[in-house]
Amino acid sequence: MRGKKLEPIIFHTINYTLLVLLCAIMLYPMLNTLALSFNDGLDAVRGGVRLWPRSFTLNNYETLFNVPAVFPAFRISVVRMIVTVITNLIFTSMLAYAISRPENKLGRPITLIIVITMYFSAGLIPHFILRQSLGLLNTFAVLWVPNIISPFNLIILRTYMKGLPESLVESAKLDGAGDFYVYAKIIMPLCKPVLATIALFVAVGSWNEWFDAFIFNSARPDLEVLQGVLRQFLAAAMAHAAGGGDGHAAALAAAAGAPIMVTPLTLRAAITMFTALPILLVFPFLQRYIVHGMTLGGVKG
Amino acid sequence: MEKAKAPIKRSKKSFLRQWQLMLMSIPMLMYVILFSYLPLVGWIMAFQNFRPRFGVGIIRNFLDAEFVGLAHFITLLDASSHTGARFIRALTNTLGQSLLTLVVGFICAIVLSLMLHEVRHNGIKRFIQNILYLPHFLSWMIVTVLVSMTLALPVSGGILNDVLMSLRIIQEPIQFLAEPDYFWGIVAGANLWRNLGWNTIIYMAAMTAIDPNLYEAASIDGANRYHKMWHITLATISPTIILLIIMNIGWLLSSGFEIQFFLGTGPSIARAENIDIFVLRFGIEEHNFGLATAAGVFRTGVSILLLLAANLLSKLMKQETLF
Repeated sequence: MRGKKLEPIIFHTINYTLLVLLCAIMLYPMLNTLALSFNDGLDAVRGGVRLWPRSFTLNNYETLFNVPAVFPAFRISVVRMIVTVITNLIFTSMLAYAISRPENKLGRPITLIIVITMYFSAGLIPHFILRQSLGLLNTFAVLWVPNIISPFNLIILRTYMKGLPESLVESAKLDGAGDFYVYAKIIMPLCKPVLATIALFVAVGSWNEWFDAFIFNSARPDLEVLQGVLRQFLAAAMAHAAGGGDGHAAALAAAAGAPIMVTPLTLRAAITMFTALPILLVFPFLQRYIVHGMTLGGVKG
Repeated sequence: MEKAKAPIKRSKKSFLRQWQLMLMSIPMLMYVILFSYLPLVGWIMAFQNFRPRFGVGIIRNFLDAEFVGLAHFITLLDASSHTGARFIRALTNTLGQSLLTLVVGFICAIVLSLMLHEVRHNGIKRFIQNILYLPHFLSWMIVTVLVSMTLALPVSGGILNDVLMSLRIIQEPIQFLAEPDYFWGIVAGANLWRNLGWNTIIYMAAMTAIDPNLYEAASIDGANRYHKMWHITLATISPTIILLIIMNIGWLLSSGFEIQFFLGTGPSIARAENIDIFVLRFGIEEHNFGLATAAGVFRTGVSILLLLAANLLSKLMKQETLF
């Protein structure tokens, strides 16, 4: 009998310990970066700054906001996110409505054509040539025009719309309403919760994207996005590290009395936090919808 | 929600209604064809000596390019040529990185789901889950920065070296990013950190569908915790696992970009450069569009074959299939 009572205690102790350890591993890099971003640069290279700044300063953020590329990139990122979310929601939901209607003869073929695109892409070079031929290279438009339909969200929305009572649409149509009216006045208001979920996911995806600006807008530094600025900082730090490790270099510079107040390490921490901030702010809302959205996505067909 | 289908009145307005639906779907369909299917025409480049001349129309470029048949594919797979050796290295790295990511990721996500399933207190469970989901929403750019900071030398605040040294696993700090042999592991580790929590969602959803009576009946029959885990919980989610494995096999030839591109510099490039980076270097940087497209076509072709093979294998083993 005793063995039977002891086993759950041992099991749950080990289980909880491992889970707490795992949570610590997930949180540590962000918390450490946060602490570093508020720590004095010279002090940080002595090592040992973990979860709390040892020598508190706002210098890193001050320096960051004085870097000329940061604010324009922030603005581009925000505008691009807003434009992407709005256009994506309108066009994806409109198409989802159209293919969710059983009387639409094109519904099934369109669904198939779009689902196929989820599984393969033509590749980087053909996409580059397409954007070049359309005159989209080095424009703001290339950051949102190719993203106005998201196949995964389309299927989620279509599935959700198919689950709504058909009688709502039928009675409206008997009253003479057209599809645009039904879509805008009946279906869209009913889709608010799922639209909110999709909006959040599209916003996060758009915020996190940098590759399109890097490849397609390489001749327009003024169209750089915030993630791209983070990329430049990282690339600079890597180049620096190749010449002796950035901690060493900074420490050497400090020993030689060089007036370096902010080392790459703490400045990099500040730009990382600044780039992650919007995600951390919306995360509490995101997590409420996560399971909801995922399970909806599971219902394909 | 399907009601008994009421006969739809075929009034004069029915055409107008369809017309509105068409207006909603056809422009969008054309958009998808433009951005997702038209680029497939570009696959012609894989069989051409295509070098873009700017200021000339794109169709002119295609017409002027000399056809070389399968020459690019032969170059890519010819290990004795410089380019071929580099492509085969990129292919090996892609497969190594993504296989390691896949295997480690699957095992850890399943074990973690079983662990979370044993947490009886719902509030605590949800709290832990939320912390585990967070890294998934950080961009790969941020993850790359965090990886570089975690793996740095102790003098730059690298925690991993500190932990390993205080546990006396290593005596001297290791320059993880400068040692090619660690690189596949770094890629797998970064993927694990970012996606572990996220990957449990689908298993957890499958587990909530298990009838609690099953566990009770098993207990009465004398099954212990681990019997139940194996025969009930794991057995219930196994179709989901198989389906996910098949879907992921289709992605084996993409192993990510940011970690490899930004951290795989110096000597590590030998284990870092994957197909994505190969395409970028030869295509965008060296303007060898033909060769880079051929590499892309090869990747897509092999991916489809892998997906079909995995699906067939699963069918032969009488398991879940994707299609």
